[in-house]
Amino acid sequence: MASGVKPRVKVPKKAAAGDVITIKSLISHKMESGQRKDGSGNLIPRSIINRFTCDFNGQNVIDVTLEPAISTNPYFEFEAQVPEAGEFKFTWYDDDGDVYEETKSIAV
Amino acid sequence: MEFTRRETLALGAGAALMTVLPFRASAAAAEDVINEFTGGAAVADAGIDLTAPEIAENGNTVPVSVSAEGATSILLLATGNPTPGVATFNFGPLAGAQSASTRIRLAGTQDVVAIAKLADGSFARASKTVKVTIGGCGG
Amino acid sequence: MKFKALTAAVALFAAPMAFAGGADDDNLVINGDLEITTKAAAPQHLDGVLDEVISGWHFRSDETQALEMDDFDNPGMIFVDQAVDQWNTAEGSEGKSCADCHGAPEDMAGVKAVYPKWNEAAGEVRTLQMQMNDCRTNRMGADAWKYDAGDAINMVALMSSVSRGMPVNVATDGPAAELWQKGKDLYYTRTGQLELSCANCHEDNYGNYIRADHLSQGQINGFPAYRLKNAKLNGVHSRFKGCVRDTRAETYSPGSEEFIALELYVASRGNGLSVEGPSVRN
Repeated sequence: MASGVKPRVKVPKKAAAGDVITIKSLISHKMESGQRKDGSGNLIPRSIINRFTCDFNGQNVIDVTLEPAISTNPYFEFEAQVPEAGEFKFTWYDDDGDVYEETKSIAV
Repeated sequence: MEFTRRETLALGAGAALMTVLPFRASAAAAEDVINEFTGGAAVADAGIDLTAPEIAENGNTVPVSVSAEGATSILLLATGNPTPGVATFNFGPLAGAQSASTRIRLAGTQDVVAIAKLADGSFARASKTVKVTIGGCGG
Repeated sequence: MKFKALTAAVALFAAPMAFAGGADDDNLVINGDLEITTKAAAPQHLDGVLDEVISGWHFRSDETQALEMDDFDNPGMIFVDQAVDQWNTAEGSEGKSCADCHGAPEDMAGVKAVYPKWNEAAGEVRTLQMQMNDCRTNRMGADAWKYDAGDAINMVALMSSVSRGMPVNVATDGPAAELWQKGKDLYYTRTGQLELSCANCHEDNYGNYIRADHLSQGQINGFPAYRLKNAKLNGVHSRFKGCVRDTRAETYSPGSEEFIALELYVASRGNGLSVEGPSVRN
């Protein structure tokens, strides 16, 4: 699934120090559940994003474990504190070992 | 082949059991996952909110939100899926609120359950029945 | 007796309210500022058939509707992003990208609204995908895209996204009239073992339930549509194919003349509605 995976995140460009902001994230991924069968009746092996993390200046905001019941193109919305200006780092971990990263800066 | 009344009844009961069993098995699996998460500790009914539609238009993409003030983590389960696990949200020091929204798959009408591990080490549980409708002519 | 008749009458009135899966009265505004016309007076050629044309958005649940009201929440926009990359990628023997000739995708605003459209030089009605493939094979020296396949449908979604809010305005007259009439004939032709035409469901019964689902008017102003059912963008012709298949008929193929004709006719039934794709549907 290394091809066609595209992360998107939505973070406000600016906030006041101490603000709580809403972050949205979406990544294009099939999230093959491991429950489906192909045309000839063979089980299609599981291939999902199994973990998603968001950190700000090295401190964790949220760390999510994903199971196959998360929909195709996994979406998360959550809230983060912004103590100072800095950078959000988003990381998605694929079953196949691939890691997708995205960063967003925020000014205060 | 002909069946006596008794045999027919037995067959019916067997069939009924067959239909019920997968759900039973999954619900039991869900309890196992919960016990693993809580370590068997008591679980309160207050302190966590779970938002999910009463009727989901499509089981493939069901919007769900969880929120539990002060929680360190929230476990989300779909008790009627082949495997009950959906996600575990672990909140870090910079979480703005102990809440999150996502979109999940539901194999059919069932209870969605969320368990929060609160800051004091206690647990809270919320559950919601989501009816999953079948599609139009295409299914 | 009188009382009973009255109760019956009330029940008759109440029944459609309780059971009909009719269009709701919500307003579609995307990203808080892009107003979409989702209900409009029916175009003249539908005189005596429909008074109002209604986007399929109105037939969906609040949760599904919300997915389309913000470009970040709309999973279809992932594929628009992918198409932007494609737009800027040089391909083929000429080493050209879409951007080399056409500039920014936003410069194409309004194009989607008038397709399918008569092409004078080619002497045929062309869908947007046919026009794209003409560009690819003749101007770029690249391979044509398969009809309704990923790259093609993503690009249609990009073209649609930059035309959102503009009224669908497909020409039904002049040189397009012949194919338009063919499309109209197909719309009213019953197919399959179930002997159903497009009109039987989407004209005669929109707003009613089909099993647990709502029948819409079958408008295509929102295509490509991201369907929750298969979690991907769906093209108009592929949707037609699905519908015809569900009547238990042998279907036409995406890109066939029949479906080009049907797309032209069905698009014209939505003249006046806003271009809305990529939409989110069940």
